This record gives sequence, C-alpha cells and structure tokens, in this order.
Amino acid sequence: MRRPGLLASTWVLFRKDLLVEWRSRSRINALVFFSLATLLLFSFALGPDTALLRRNAGGYLWLALLLSSVLALGESFRVERENAALEGLRLIPVDARAIFLSKGLANAVLLVALGVLLVPVLVALLDVHLVLPWPRLFGLTVLGCLAIAAPGTLYGAIASHARARDVLLPLLLFPVLIPALVAAAKGTALAFEGDPMEQFHSWVSLLASFDILYWGLGVVLFPRVIEE
Amino acid sequence: MELAPALQLHEVSKRYGAQWALVRLSLSVKRGAALLLTGHNGSGKTTLLRVMSTAVRPSSGKVDVLGIDTAHDPEKVRAQVGLLSHANFVYEDLSGLENLEVLARLLGVAVSAAPRALERVSLSPKDDRPIRTYSAGMRRRLALARLFLKQPAVALLDEPFVELDPAGVSELEARIRELHAAGTTLVLATHHIEQGLQLCTDRLHLEQGRSIAA
Repeated sequence: MRRPGLLASTWVLFRKDLLVEWRSRSRINALVFFSLATLLLFSFALGPDTALLRRNAGGYLWLALLLSSVLALGESFRVERENAALEGLRLIPVDARAIFLSKGLANAVLLVALGVLLVPVLVALLDVHLVLPWPRLFGLTVLGCLAIAAPGTLYGAIASHARARDVLLPLLLFPVLIPALVAAAKGTALAFEGDPMEQFHSWVSLLASFDILYWGLGVVLFPRVIEE
Repeated sequence: MELAPALQLHEVSKRYGAQWALVRLSLSVKRGAALLLTGHNGSGKTTLLRVMSTAVRPSSGKVDVLGIDTAHDPEKVRAQVGLLSHANFVYEDLSGLENLEVLARLLGVAVSAAPRALERVSLSPKDDRPIRTYSAGMRRRLALARLFLKQPAVALLDEPFVELDPAGVSELEARIRELHAAGTTLVLATHHIEQGLQLCTDRLHLEQGRSIAA
C-alpha cells in the first residue's frame, strides 16, 4: 500500500468535492438565484441612474459574489460535518493541507463559474461594456475568487465548530476580505470603463499578493484548525 | 525483541468541560487480542475508543498504539487504526461504491478493492443510489466495508450491532471473526454483552470513566 502524496490527495479530494457539489445541484441552483437576486436588488435600490449603475457595476459584481460565497462555504462544510466526514478524512489519515487545498480550489471553481455567469447579466442589466480584453477580466475574476476561497475555507472550518456558525463566518471573513474586495472591484471597473492610467496591473498585483499570503496561511494553519 | 503491545494506556484522563469522561485509566492490550468494553451509557466507552483512535487527545496520560506515541505521531497511528464509529464518515450524496473508491485512492490501495469490500458486507457495487437513501443497517455495513478496505492492525468497534436486524448481527459477527482471524487486534464496545463475549477474549468494564473489575 503506497499512500498518495500531497498533490495526489488534493486531486482525489478536489474531484470528490466537485462530484458532491454536482450531485447536490439544488444547492448550486440556490446559489445562482441568490446572486442574480442580489444584482437585481442593487439595481432596484439605486434607481434608474444608469451612469451611476455602470460606474459601480464592478462593486455590485463582487458584492454579489462575496455574499454568495458565504452560502457556498457554509454548505461545503455542512457536507463535511454530516456523518463526521471530515473526521473520517483525518483518521484515514489524509494530509490536512490536501483537505484545505481541495476544498479551497473547489470553492474557487464554483465562484469563478458564478462570476462568469454574472458578467453577461451585468452587461444586460446595467448596460456595461467590456473595454479591456476579456481574458484580463477572466484572470482578475479567477484571482478574486481565489482570494475569497482561501480565507473563506480557513474561516469556514473554524466557524463549522461553532453553534452560531452562520453568523460567525461572515463576521470573520468580511473584514479580512476588504483589500481583496477593493482590488477586485476597482480592477473590474477598469475592465468595464477602460484603463487610461494603466492601473489594472496594480490591482492584479494586489490580488495576487493577497492570494499568496492567504493560501500560504491556510496551508500552515488549517491542520491546526481541524485537529481537536 | 518483544513487540510492543497493540494498545498501552497509562493514567489516561479525558475531560469535557467540567465532566470527566475518563479518569486515570491504564490498560494494555496484546497484539491480536480481542478486548470487550462494557459499561452503561456515559461510562466512557466511546471516549476511550476515540482517544485510542486519536480522534480526540487525552487531557492527561499517555497512549501508545503498536509502540507509537499518539501524542508525537498521530498520523502514523491513524494509518494503523480503524474506527467504526456512531458516525459513518461517508458523503450522503455519493453512492456506496463512490465513497469507497475515494477512500481506496486516499489509502493508496487498488480501486478494484472497493467493489470487493462492498460485496464482502453484502452490499451491491452496482447500487448507484446516494447514501442518503440507505437504511441504518446498510449504513452500518458500509462503515464495516470501509474498515475492510483499510485492513487496520487495530480495529476499534463502537456499538457495531446497533441498528442491525438479527441476520445482520450474525453476518457482522462472522465478518468480525474474519478480521480477528487475520491478526487484527479488536476493541469492541457494546451493550450486546453475549455477542461481545463470544467474540472477545478479554473484558474491561467501565463506570464513570474508571475501570471496574468485571
């Protein structure tokens, strides 16, 4: 019996996480409708001022993704709490870093898919136009979703032990995500409105640094979080 | 050189808040032995199994499994120990076979061993229903199939007969005998004392976390 290494374990668990998500599609549907409803509410709340809506479209996109992420992260740990599946993984034993990486990546994939779905809705709803090439916005979306997923997975694991877990997760997560949220929203706004001052790369760099920091912290801290 | 016992506990205590679940418990279980754990609800049986499996850390004392200190190298201990718990450690949205295939890949055993482990506990590998549709007895069998797939040196069985019909109990007894015959050290916690005594060679009775002569 030769046990798989960190990357192989991560791959096995990543596929398992995506399969569990796919099998429980009602959760994905709920996530899609929640994020669409959030976007609609922003546009209704601000009224018919299309210039204002267009200017803030990046912020609405990332707020919709952030609020949806709380649902997605909570659900991903509910699956692990059910039947003590997470404890079962620990006792196999599986490298705890592989559990963090797989769950974080699966959450990021879900958020990126949601982001890709929401951009055309923004275009239709708020009349925004993509000025920068789409691969740049896609790259920014991937980095932004990775930025939500890393601390989200870490704090999701912490909150899953608590009784008031649904309240605790956003309380822990939102303050930490402010720099990432600002960078993602500003970068998206530049993608929609143009980048005459060439600031896009600065926001991308900030997001990438945030990702490196929090994915690194997650790999180090997650094993301690899931031990008793 | 004499091999270290399968399980060696020295003055082990475990406290949850103000409540002591185990109090200065010491015991030694030889390799290949079968220990029956008895005691009323809340006597500390489950906590003792969870401490032995490294699912929880003791508040004080020392636990060695196959000569490995659980405090220093829990990962190495976990690779040798299998726990059949009240929770089944499975994913409700996956089928029995999918759950075992994930486990096989993580254990590094051939994926083809997964359907064989299911057949061994009379579950069909072709049954692609999610676990959430399984009966309590089927879940128990699946938990046992996980144990067979892992083939641990030490098997810790917490109330394995619960929720099984008489035929299921007989079948489980036979499977546990097979496990023991293959050299696995058993610790069996149960209220079904008759069945337990037939399967085990030694007995430990717990009351309020303390060992009492049975």
